Amino acid sequence: MTDVAIVGIGIHPFGRTDGVSGLEQGAFAVRQALRDCGLEWSDMQFAYGGSSAAGNADSLVNSLGLTGLQFINVANGCATGGSALQSAYMAIKSGMFDLGVAVGFDKHPRGAFAVEPEKMGLGKWYGDVGLALTTQFFAMKIQKYMHDFGISEATLVKVAEKNYGNGALAPHAWRKTPLTYDQIATSPMISHPLRKYMFCSPAEGGCAIVLASAEKARQLSTQPLFLKGAIVRTRHFGSFEVFTQGQALEQAPSPSVDASKATFEMAGIGPEDIQVAQLQDTESGAETMHMAENGFCADGDQEKWIREGYTRIDGRLPVNTDGGCLANGEPVGASGLRQVYEVCVQLRGQGGARQVGNDPKVGYTHVYGAPGLSGCTIISR
Amino acid sequence: MNQRGAAKALHKPIDPKLFTWPSSNPRLLGSRCNNCGTTSFPSQTSCPRCCSEDVTPCELATRGTLWSFTIQGFLPKSPPYAGEETAATFQPYGVGYVELPDQVRVVSRLKVSSPEELEIGMDMELVFEPFRVDEDGAEIISYAFRPVA
Ligand SMILES: [Zn+2]
Repeated sequence: MTDVAIVGIGIHPFGRTDGVSGLEQGAFAVRQALRDCGLEWSDMQFAYGGSSAAGNADSLVNSLGLTGLQFINVANGCATGGSALQSAYMAIKSGMFDLGVAVGFDKHPRGAFAVEPEKMGLGKWYGDVGLALTTQFFAMKIQKYMHDFGISEATLVKVAEKNYGNGALAPHAWRKTPLTYDQIATSPMISHPLRKYMFCSPAEGGCAIVLASAEKARQLSTQPLFLKGAIVRTRHFGSFEVFTQGQALEQAPSPSVDASKATFEMAGIGPEDIQVAQLQDTESGAETMHMAENGFCADGDQEKWIREGYTRIDGRLPVNTDGGCLANGEPVGASGLRQVYEVCVQLRGQGGARQVGNDPKVGYTHVYGAPGLSGCTIISR
Repeated sequence: MNQRGAAKALHKPIDPKLFTWPSSNPRLLGSRCNNCGTTSFPSQTSCPRCCSEDVTPCELATRGTLWSFTIQGFLPKSPPYAGEETAATFQPYGVGYVELPDQVRVVSRLKVSSPEELEIGMDMELVFEPFRVDEDGAEIISYAFRPVA
C-alpha cells in the first residue's frame, strides 16, 4: 500500500474576521494549500470537509469550481477536522485516489457554545438547574486529576502563559498579546480551579491540507511530508466525558489514550520519538492531562515538565507551538487541521520566530472533543 | 379565591422520573442491569455497559462521597438555564459528582459554594429543595447534595 503524503497546507487566520463568511475562510485556506504545492482545484480528485456552524463544506465548490469531484461532508464535533483528514488518508491509502484535500472552517457566534440538552437525549432538568455547561466538566476533570496526581494551580497558569506567548509569534493566531503569569493567575474564576485566561473561546478560521499518494507526491515540486498514522476513536463505557449525568464506578481510559496508542502502533514509533506536538488545549488543564493521556509523560510528571519548561518552544518536547486553542480559539471544523498545519510548518523549518530547534523530523497532533472522541496523527519528513 | 388556582399543585418535581417525590423518604431513581449489575443514573431502559434491555428501575443511596467538584462562577446561558437569578443577583454555586457506594456517581448541585468548604472524598447527603417558582406559582422541587454535618 502507498504511503500518504502531505503536499500542501493553507490556513485562513484564526480569530474574528468580520465580513468574511466561514465558507470564504475555507476557500481561502484551500487556495493557499493548492498554491503551496503548485496544483489547481481541478487537480483534486476528492475532498472531505466539515464545519459545525458555518454551512455545508461541499458548497465550497461554488467558489472553488464545479469540477465534479467527490466531496463528502464530515460532521464529528470538535474532531471534525481530524476526521476529515483521517477520511482523506483512507481514500488515498485504499488506492482509489491519489490526490485530494481535507478542509475545515467555522465561524461561531460570540460567547459560549449553545447547549440543548434534549437534543443530546438528556433530560430538560439538567439544563434547567445549571449543570449543562462544558466548562464544569473540564473543571471537574482537572480538579480530580490535581487531587490524585499533585498538579498545582501554578502548572495550569504556566501552560496558559506558554500558549499565549507562542501565539504572539504565530501569524495565523488570534490572540497575539502575551499574557503574564499574574494576569492569568488573577483573571476571574470561571469554574474552580479554572480561570478566564485558562479557557479557549469559540472563534473563526479555516484550514486545508492537500494529500497525495507517495508516488504522486514525488512528481510535485514541494518536499512532501508523510502521514505515518491517523486514527479517530470514541469513548468506552466508564470514560469520564462532558455531559455525564451518572458516571460509572468502573473507570475506562479516555478515547485519547486509545487513539494515541493506535496511532503510535500504526506509525511504528513511540512517544519518545516525537519532537514537536500539538495537544488539545480546550483549557490549560486539558493540555496538562493530555500530555499523559498521549503517552508523553507519566501522570503527575507534568508538574516537573512544566516547571522545567520541557514543553516550551526551546524545551525537549515543544507543545502547541502556535499557541494552541488558547491563542487561536476553537473554530470546531478547522481546529484539528490547524494542529496538522502547524506541525507541517515546524517539520519544514518554516516556523520563523516560533520554529523549534534541532531540525524536527517527526511531529504529533491530538484533537479531543465532545461527546468523547479523539483524533491523533503522526507526521514525519 | 380562584378555584382553578387553588386546585393547582403547590409543589412539583422538576422531572417526575428523576426521583421519588413527594415521599417521606425521597430518593433519586436509577436503573440496574440484571445482566451485568451496572447502575445508571438517571434510569434508562437499556444498559450502557452491556447493551442489555433487561434493566430494573431502582432507588439510589442518599449518602455518598464527593468524587470531584467545581464552582459555577458565572450566570449560565438561558436557555437552557431556568434559574431566576439575574447577572446582578447571581451567586456562584457548587457542582459535583457524588459517588454512591456500589452504585454510580451522580452529578448534582451542591449546597456549598466555596471551594474551601469542599474536599474530594468528603461525606455528602442528599437534600430536596425548591429550585424556582413556575408560571403557575408552583414551587419546582429539585435535588442537591450537602456535606454531612
Ligand atoms: Zn449491563
